[in-house]
Amino acid sequence: MKDLYFDTAHMLGTAVLLLSFALLFQRRISGVINTFALQATMLALAAAWQAFVQDAPHLYVTALVALLFKAVAIPVALHRIVRLLMIHRTVETALSIGLTMVVGVALVTLAILLVLPVTSDSAALTRENLALALSVVLLGLLMMITRRNAVTQVIGFMSLENGLILAAIGVSGMPLVVEMSVAFAVMVAFIIFGIFFFQIRERFDTLDLHYLESFRGERS
Amino acid sequence: MTGVLTQLLQMMLVLGAAPLLTGVVRLAKARLVGRRGPSPIQPYRDLLRLLRKEAVVAENASWLFRVTPYMVFAALWLAASLVPTFTTGLALEPTADLIALVALLASARFMTALAGLDVGTSFGGIGSSRDMMIASLAEPAMLLVIFTVSIVAGSTALAEVAHHMREAEVGLRVSLAMALVALIMVALAENARIPVDNPATHLELTMVHEAMVLEYSGRHLALIEAAGMLKLLFFLSLIACIFAPWGMAGPGEPPAAAAVGLLAWGGKLLLGAGALALLETSIAKMRVFRVSEFLAGALLLGVLAVIFLYVSRGL
Repeated sequence: MKDLYFDTAHMLGTAVLLLSFALLFQRRISGVINTFALQATMLALAAAWQAFVQDAPHLYVTALVALLFKAVAIPVALHRIVRLLMIHRTVETALSIGLTMVVGVALVTLAILLVLPVTSDSAALTRENLALALSVVLLGLLMMITRRNAVTQVIGFMSLENGLILAAIGVSGMPLVVEMSVAFAVMVAFIIFGIFFFQIRERFDTLDLHYLESFRGERS
Repeated sequence: MTGVLTQLLQMMLVLGAAPLLTGVVRLAKARLVGRRGPSPIQPYRDLLRLLRKEAVVAENASWLFRVTPYMVFAALWLAASLVPTFTTGLALEPTADLIALVALLASARFMTALAGLDVGTSFGGIGSSRDMMIASLAEPAMLLVIFTVSIVAGSTALAEVAHHMREAEVGLRVSLAMALVALIMVALAENARIPVDNPATHLELTMVHEAMVLEYSGRHLALIEAAGMLKLLFFLSLIACIFAPWGMAGPGEPPAAAAVGLLAWGGKLLLGAGALALLETSIAKMRVFRVSEFLAGALLLGVLAVIFLYVSRGL
């Protein structure tokens, strides 16, 4: 039975990681948003499974928060923003998709090489989970770097936060307060981002952050 | 002796079942989009009709063009009959090595590409160059899948892999799940199925496989088409053999076990055909230049599968 616990947790964690890759792979904004919703659903499943395995009821709350906010509320709101701003075109990438994937694999390897020696005295489940979570965080950062559009950058940020939650649920004894405050911080950040979208759009007629660079004095 | 008999039976079986499988996939696709669709035995009729027709060969075609259909057909028939379907007790079992199977597929592909270039039409050239592009990406992904499977099972021989997957407590392995997805993506590309190529069209600028074999007619075309059908059967059997070997009879088991294995194999093929039809009707074909991204995805899954295998081994 122990094996089944481990394998299922591992499987769900890997599903979250694979969906991070799928986020990097998508070209359409609506596709990116849907993939993000799927990732959040997987995260909720992983949290529920950990709650069951660790016998920690507060993780069910984490799962519920992830499901309600990140799998339903935020994607719906993002779809609405995309429709209002009429930006459901192709995602503009700063790096080609193939190259992004290669960098992504390198980051996953880096995360594994980094986490495994550091945590050599913890349980196997925790170690794998931490490696997966760190990979998701790094891939979220990569997504923020390689996308030019503000909406997709925000989704990169949200998926980074998915990685943080994944790390938190894998460690037994993480208090609920921490997770709740992270979740609400993301919610607040999302609202601020939403306002920013409209401001950027109003001023520059685009959400391509490329145009902002001239205002920082990087381009003549 | 029984090994030789079952091997012969298997050779006849794959040859007989391959057109039926293609027919079932076509029928399921037609039904899913609300058409009546041809009878599942239509591919047999098509092949018979082509065999009776005269083979027209272009004036400037060399011997290579005439030899290719036979080579391709032989390679794929051999490959399809090496994969254990209903029993692992086959006479050629020691040669049923995953890497040998990839080599057989690659040589068939090589011959087809050469034949596409041989006549010198522009369509053939386009088809060959695109097919080689796809192959150069699909084969590394396939090899990584093979590495993953053989690290788990400790062997590249298919019979042993199937035995290991059935007997040992392999459990839910993340790496195997990734390898399965990667293998399905490679199989779609290798069989020229929908996100990569459209098997149902002729004369379209985006076609890949059909462009290469455009110059063939008569019995040559029949052999090429039969080889394509065998390839589909080969990949479905391979996936079933590696990832779902349940119900398959072992060597030296009574005929009743083999009969159960036969039924199980038929069921798996039907399931695979249904899933393929569903996938093909639900997604659109990609632009040719996005195929590289699709296959890079398969390659990525393969790399991740190997990485995770080492990680979980290291714990």
